[in-house]
Amino acid sequence: MSVGLEHYLVLSAVLFSIGLYGVLAKRNAVVILMCIEIMLNAVNIALVAFSRYVVPMFLTGQIFAIFVIVVAAAEAAVGIAIIIAIYRSRQSVDVDKFDLMKW
Amino acid sequence: MFDILFWILAAVTVGAALAVVILRDVFRAALSLVLLFLTVAAIYITLYADFLAVVQILIYVGAISILIIVAIMLTREVWRGNPSGKLRIPALVVSVLLLGTMVFTVISTEWETSGEPPLQPTTAAIGSGLFGGFILPVEITAVLLLAAVLGAIVLIREK
Repeated sequence: MSVGLEHYLVLSAVLFSIGLYGVLAKRNAVVILMCIEIMLNAVNIALVAFSRYVVPMFLTGQIFAIFVIVVAAAEAAVGIAIIIAIYRSRQSVDVDKFDLMKW
Repeated sequence: MFDILFWILAAVTVGAALAVVILRDVFRAALSLVLLFLTVAAIYITLYADFLAVVQILIYVGAISILIIVAIMLTREVWRGNPSGKLRIPALVVSVLLLGTMVFTVISTEWETSGEPPLQPTTAAIGSGLFGGFILPVEITAVLLLAAVLGAIVLIREK
């Protein structure tokens, strides 16, 4: 059986689920950010696979993937700035201790 | 040839992603994240997305991984390890349920694939697409990047 669209989509789903588990379960904020990057990469694989197998002559999926990469870069910059700002005031990156906005 | 390559790359990618979640050392988790970024770039090459593969290496392997490693260094929490919170079991259940749903949907759907050969090289076509039909999102992206840079500077500045 030759590799087709389904294989890439299943790979993408597996990566997305691993990233989701990390985001929900981990306590270190930097690790949560890393798992968000895994999820974004999984989405990009799905977009590029659709672009390759469904509309090979149009690169819409690849252009979407470029926008996802740009937003991921902006998100990483702001996210790490927020983590370091919180680390300065709390001396910790443990998300269980990030309760300063709790009512 | 791309079939064997795909299976190897898929195995390495999933292994690297699992290592990010499982490894106890945060720094080693970051290094396996870099490996994941590299293998995802190789997966783009198997999908004939040459420009995206280069962009992936430049931005993810070059910039974002450096940002993450610098963040790990600055926060000095490496000794604390990579522990899981109280929600470990519910998170596992939710992820496995989502994975099962997605895999079931992907396999049971009849995808209308096109038999045409892929466009290559893609760089010129992506450029004319970005500055043709997608010019408004490109302009908005410029504003987004400016806002992100300003936001990061404001957040991290010493009071």
